[in-house]
Amino acid sequence: MGKHPADIRSVETNIVKNPAGWLNDRLPIISFLKDNALNFPTPKNLNWAYVFGGIAMVALMLQIITGIFLAMHYKADVKLAFDSIQHIMRNVEWGWLIRNMHMVGASFFFMAVYAHMGRGLYYGSYKSPREVLWGIGVIIFLIMMATAFLGYVLPWGQMSFWGATVITNLLSVIPFIGNSIVVWLWGGYSVGDPTLTRFYTFHFVLPFVILAIVVIHIWALHEHGNTNPTGKELRNKNDYVPFHPYYTAKDLVGIVAYLIPFSFMVFFLPEYLGHTDNLIPANPLVTPAHIVPEWYFLPFYAILRAIPIKELGVLAMFGSILIMFVLPWLDRSPIKSARNRPLFRQLFWIFVLNFIVLGWVGGKPPEGVYVLIARVAVVVYFGFFALLPLVSKLEIAKLKEGK
Amino acid sequence: MSSNKKSPKVEIEDQIHDAPEGDVDAERRKFLITSTAAFGAAGAACVAWPFIKSMNPSRDVQAQATLDVPLGEIAEGTMKTVLWQGRPVFVWHRNAAQIASAKAADATSTMDPQPDADRVQKPEWLVLVGICTHLGCVPIQAGDTGWRCPCHGSMYDASGRVTHGPAGQNLPVPPYKFVDANTIRIG
Repeated sequence: MGKHPADIRSVETNIVKNPAGWLNDRLPIISFLKDNALNFPTPKNLNWAYVFGGIAMVALMLQIITGIFLAMHYKADVKLAFDSIQHIMRNVEWGWLIRNMHMVGASFFFMAVYAHMGRGLYYGSYKSPREVLWGIGVIIFLIMMATAFLGYVLPWGQMSFWGATVITNLLSVIPFIGNSIVVWLWGGYSVGDPTLTRFYTFHFVLPFVILAIVVIHIWALHEHGNTNPTGKELRNKNDYVPFHPYYTAKDLVGIVAYLIPFSFMVFFLPEYLGHTDNLIPANPLVTPAHIVPEWYFLPFYAILRAIPIKELGVLAMFGSILIMFVLPWLDRSPIKSARNRPLFRQLFWIFVLNFIVLGWVGGKPPEGVYVLIARVAVVVYFGFFALLPLVSKLEIAKLKEGK
Repeated sequence: MSSNKKSPKVEIEDQIHDAPEGDVDAERRKFLITSTAAFGAAGAACVAWPFIKSMNPSRDVQAQATLDVPLGEIAEGTMKTVLWQGRPVFVWHRNAAQIASAKAADATSTMDPQPDADRVQKPEWLVLVGICTHLGCVPIQAGDTGWRCPCHGSMYDASGRVTHGPAGQNLPVPPYKFVDANTIRIG
């Protein structure tokens, strides 16, 4: 990329005297990495909210590595799957550690990504010229959710089986062809052996797809650089520092801070975020009394359940994620950072609080007062997006008045 | 990525090189970098260890370490192949002629010399790991005189000693003991 072949002069670097230079003249990988990893100009005023991207990257790598080692012992067959997990936990040397890391790692990965998205929302990282960067992030989030769901099916416990049944049935709301699609997805007339095998295949391959899209995410990031807490585009070179050693060191501190509670959960509370029902082998004849997804899906699960019409519920749930794609155009304000947006700042915190409420109510049985709370929370969730164009206008008017 | 834009990258490199030397405690910086790297490497090694170990034989595989073979069902002059730790083991009930053939070959087995008496606990029972010492194929028994490997033509005599290359070592004798007169325990 870059130079026109006609402009290239003869290359005289000596392979023995200067092997790195010789390589770089032929494949500019060293200068590429220097420009994009070590020396990349990064705003010097980034705060701690900006460490979650690096943490999420580490989380992804941990999931891929532990996953590869688990794949060496796991059996994707309805007769063997549940026992192969027990085999990993009991027979394989250190298998319990690797599996606990993978299990807890999924939860922590979501925590990091939610924090990363929250930071993007607060500091307006989705705004021009970073709409595509944001959109790629939403795509990563979607694939990540799919991967987590597929992975949760693999241990073939009761929650695996019924989670798979419920989630795949969501697609039956598609008019006319919905039921055929579900049968096609299952490879049978219920969740069964073909389903497990294909879910395993996709669970294995999707993380590498995520990794590739993360590279594109970083590519888009490096076109216009990071935002920063002030929300202003920094036009002075003195406002930048090289990524290394400043942000490698800072990110490393964040990563270690992340790994401490992670390790605590891995060693002392590995099953804490799971469900005991999943320690019972899958039984197609009995649904567990109280079926809930993993905590990181609960807000979206609450949206699904809050609406008593099947089609609308499914639509609202998918819509709650897809609406993030149009966020850059819903928010009309040219001001990026919530620091300088009094109205938006309040809305942001209401949105975050409401998201937590949705998660909480999603874990409760769908009855009584919980249904009401869930419905209010759904209105607030979509209300945030619906009010954004108006808020942007009001805010600007108010700020001008203030002047 | 795109070269048509003037990026602040070059400036940044200048900044690094232009860092005021007087403000830098080089010793301290060197110590911090070295100790961080050392702790990081030690941590990485500790994390890598369980992953490497996880590929070792798991406990259920280790539990297959021993195998009891009843000898009553192996008639004199015939051989039985059993599976021990996933490997074929030849248990040959040699008759007098076969024992004599093996003893007679003591003198001619020069590639990896070992007397037949050292390779058996009881002369009528020869126990061998049936894997060619060349590249791991299973040799085929060739009458009373020994084995021939179908892959690359190595030959073994009636004591499992190599008589013809490319293999260079005798068929190994696995650890085994007579639990009673009619049973051996391999492993």
